Amino acid sequence: MLGANVIELKNVAYSYGGGELLSDISVKLAPGSFHFLTGPSGAGKTTFLKLCYGALLPTAGHVRVFGSDLHGLERDDIALIRRKIGVVHQDVQFLDHLPVTDNIALPLTVSGRHEEAVGSDLKDLIAWVGLTARAAALPLELSGGERQRAALARAVIMSPDVVMADEPTGNVDWDMSQRLLTLLVELNRMGKTVLIATHDLSLIRAAKAQVQARVLRISNRRIQLAGADL
Amino acid sequence: MFGLRRFKILLLGDRNADRVVPPSGFTAQLTLFSAGAMGFLAIFALALSLASGRLASQWGNELARTATIRIVAPLDQRAAQTAAALKLLETTPGVTAARALTDAEQQALLAPWFGRDLQLDTLPVPRLIEITTEQHGFDPIGVRLRLTAEVPGAVLDDHSRWRAPLIAAAKRLRLLGWGSALLISTALAAMVTMAANAALAANAQVIQVLRLVGATDRYIAQAFVRRFTLRAIFGSFVGVCFGLLAIWLIPSGEGAPGFLTGIGFQGAGWMVPLLLPFISGIVALIATAFAARRALRTIS
Repeated sequence: MLGANVIELKNVAYSYGGGELLSDISVKLAPGSFHFLTGPSGAGKTTFLKLCYGALLPTAGHVRVFGSDLHGLERDDIALIRRKIGVVHQDVQFLDHLPVTDNIALPLTVSGRHEEAVGSDLKDLIAWVGLTARAAALPLELSGGERQRAALARAVIMSPDVVMADEPTGNVDWDMSQRLLTLLVELNRMGKTVLIATHDLSLIRAAKAQVQARVLRISNRRIQLAGADL
Repeated sequence: MFGLRRFKILLLGDRNADRVVPPSGFTAQLTLFSAGAMGFLAIFALALSLASGRLASQWGNELARTATIRIVAPLDQRAAQTAAALKLLETTPGVTAARALTDAEQQALLAPWFGRDLQLDTLPVPRLIEITTEQHGFDPIGVRLRLTAEVPGAVLDDHSRWRAPLIAAAKRLRLLGWGSALLISTALAAMVTMAANAALAANAQVIQVLRLVGATDRYIAQAFVRRFTLRAIFGSFVGVCFGLLAIWLIPSGEGAPGFLTGIGFQGAGWMVPLLLPFISGIVALIATAFAARRALRTIS
């Protein structure tokens, strides 16, 4: 049974190109929890996240998100569930023909709530990530850090229950990574479940000083709970 | 398949939804040009079909309502046999009128071949009797039997021998016209499908972003479907306008009856060109919807 977990993976395996990338994964994410997912490059961190938000379906086992087994759902039903999960991707993707404001408001637009995107909440959100001066710019005109912050704003605009970030500090300097981390910690303090995939151990150490975080490590296709070495 | 709300959105548009798909390049021109060319060709196919239909109907009516009797007899018996034939026709069921053509009328008929100075009295030209019948005609076999017995020099021609193949040909031509229109619609669907597939493939990253932020496949498909439908309607409208202009420029033939000079639209037939852009829109809508559904299944 799911219980109170927002996301639950039970005996999940994922194979790709004839090889098994993840095997016998069982993880539960409780509401309001803060998790790091770490492991070497190519270990399957991004795949794990994609399984959590329904971009991929497991080849074995079950993924339950907000109580629904993704295996039994249509693609459009999974899209509706995804609206409750904000995702910041490793290679941040925007619609390059739309300005930053419209890109941040995109989740509202596709869910038929565009009228909410013209209010002061959007301005506040853009100010929260420090992009007020860049709101009218096109995505290609932004720096790496600005793109990451815009992606974070887009991820939280629907006030999701879960925020996932895949290597959010991969393309930014130390100061910017600390700033992004602070934003994610703030979100967690608002009650959001946060899951960050990263191989940046310094980021994990910095976060543990601010928030009670659980660290999961992918090793040999399986998940382990990382201990005091971090 | 499409609820009232979705149909309204399709027609009136959703500006915000439209903006999520970037303005496309060659697929827009391809759709516009294809719809325009198909609209232009469809006008000719349908005009041909409708003209053939009118011609078949006209010939059919004439066939059903007229016949001719030729009195081929020696000159001294011709008047008597003509009178006997007319008397026989007076009592024939289905015949509403019968009259012998005058010398002047027969001379006018022969004038194209023999000139206007022809002396009918000096030539063994048969006397012609023009018969007009009721809508359902008369019994030609019965009339022939009676003529054989009572007017041996009379030959009944009910016109079916030479008009029936023409009617059959006109009907085939009409069928060919509708068949061409169907082929044109299929070709338009194929072109729009190709253009939609190309647009969807070119926008794979856009689709991934939209999915990442929670867009349903229905929402994504609708953005593409609406765009292609409107392009097809506009392109077809322009093509239809050019097609009508070209038909209008065909010489009228100064009222002379003829097939080529009769190509065009009349009466309720004018509804057909007015409907063509909308038919193109429906074809594009269905083609894009299928293409989008198939493409979205393959884009992960």
